Amino acid sequence: MGRDLSYAAVMARRNAIMIAAVGIDYQVFATGAVAFDYEAMMREAGYSVEQAAAIQRQTHVGDTPLLELGNITRLARALAPPGKGARIFLKDEAANPSGSFKARRAALSVFHAERHGYPGVCAATSGNYGAAVASQAAMRGLGCIIIQEVFDSRGVGQPEIVEKGRACEAYGAEVIQLTVGPELFYTFLVTLEETGYFNASLYTPYSIAGIETLGYEIARELLAREGRYPDAVVVTHAGGGNVTGTARGLRKAGATQTRVIGVSVDLAGLHMASDRDFNRKSFTTGHTGFGIPFATWPDRADVPRNAARPLRYLDRYVLVTQGEVFYVTELLAQLEGLERGPAGNTSLAAAISLAQEMDRDQILVVQETEYTGAGKHPWAQLTFARRNGIVIERGDPAGNVPGERIVIPQRPDQLRVKEYPLENLRRSYLKNALAYAGTAPLTSTDFRFLAEDTGADEAWVRRTVAELAGQEEGKPR
Amino acid sequence: MGARARKGDWVQIHRILLGPGERAPQVPPDTQAVPLEMWVKGFLVEGGELGHPATVRTVAGREVQGTLVAVRPGPGHDFGEPVPELLTVGLEAREFLKSVGG
Repeated sequence: MGRDLSYAAVMARRNAIMIAAVGIDYQVFATGAVAFDYEAMMREAGYSVEQAAAIQRQTHVGDTPLLELGNITRLARALAPPGKGARIFLKDEAANPSGSFKARRAALSVFHAERHGYPGVCAATSGNYGAAVASQAAMRGLGCIIIQEVFDSRGVGQPEIVEKGRACEAYGAEVIQLTVGPELFYTFLVTLEETGYFNASLYTPYSIAGIETLGYEIARELLAREGRYPDAVVVTHAGGGNVTGTARGLRKAGATQTRVIGVSVDLAGLHMASDRDFNRKSFTTGHTGFGIPFATWPDRADVPRNAARPLRYLDRYVLVTQGEVFYVTELLAQLEGLERGPAGNTSLAAAISLAQEMDRDQILVVQETEYTGAGKHPWAQLTFARRNGIVIERGDPAGNVPGERIVIPQRPDQLRVKEYPLENLRRSYLKNALAYAGTAPLTSTDFRFLAEDTGADEAWVRRTVAELAGQEEGKPR
Repeated sequence: MGARARKGDWVQIHRILLGPGERAPQVPPDTQAVPLEMWVKGFLVEGGELGHPATVRTVAGREVQGTLVAVRPGPGHDFGEPVPELLTVGLEAREFLKSVGG
């Protein structure tokens, strides 16, 4: 074929490969050194929430049940101060065709690929998104290739990812399995170039438009059933799409006062590209290893401008531990009779303590669940952890150490979210934005964009940028 | 497992994509020291001896070359073992709800 397949050569061709594989010229939306017209991109390249819902109905996606968790609400109220303990509802996204909310994103991407005549779709993902793309591609008769980071250098695979790969194959997709490393993206580019497939990225406007229906359904259904919008929605946060799409959908349905709370599993200290650390984590998504980098610089994704921009929408960001999530997975199964996958219960782990801060007449919605099965199951994941030298014990989850110790709470009152200040995320974001701008001076359009993109006011942005630029000047070069 | 696969068998091949010296510059030292490896499954087109070069046709219709490493490979994952630390969580929670009434 004569293509130069060295890492450097392929990365140098990335822009040309991406334009062909996504069909969006991102350049037309640029308005400054860092600024771009986000809403124009979402409008012109994406789909409206009504269009998204219609497309999803074609392939049986969405309109999932919204379940009130009576027993878990009772448990939270028993632990709460008098008058406190919001009603907890759960959007059972496991009811989607491929078993997770990711079907919503895939539905739009695969529809778009079919409409534009691509022979197939390709996605680089070790998560539920792979099975979602494969399932949607099966319905629309398109080819599908999923690229996964699965093994460490010993050839030991994360059980959760092995299961997701099996599911992709069940839906008729080819799965390319790789060892640990960010060169997953390199393989992705080589495959797109070779096949001419559509890049079913998680981060295009289509993908985010697909999640808007989730927030929209929650707001509309609660209004109809309970006569009110949710007071807060808890969203598992990784790459930022779940937060962004859900929040946009809530707003589009009129729920402008609903607080959006992001939750990630705390994996502080584990390096996401480390061969050694790879199998020392028990969660492969919904964790801080994605949540923090993608909040502090969304444009590190597989498209030039990421449509998932979580700081625009987050009212609060909290962390939970791996042990707490496994604990609430048991609670959901044994108190509510719903056996679901652990990673999808990340936001439920936070909800039990967040509900205790809210009034009894308020409503808190946990916006997802995912399917469970071999590999994606507390026993599978904890058996694997133990084999990899992780200590598992009952105790206070405050004693959790990512990669060393998983502590299963002894009592439900030990479920306690840890605050992660949004201001820290905003500051890191601005640091990254300055690096992105390089020597180009920031215009007033840039400052306005940075304020919107960090969810902060412009005066704070200007002050912080000046402060950061001052620090930069003081550094030896 | 037999040492030979026949044409059309469902097999798995392995290939080194980037050697230890060719990894992305940003990867940490432990990952730099090991290769980027790939496994792909498909129907055997050419070859057939384990540990030797082989070509497969994937379900997406691609032909891919590598070293034949497995014939009819299963995923190998399961539900793990019962975890003692979790076995009593449900019982305790039901007991707790009973004790608070309501």
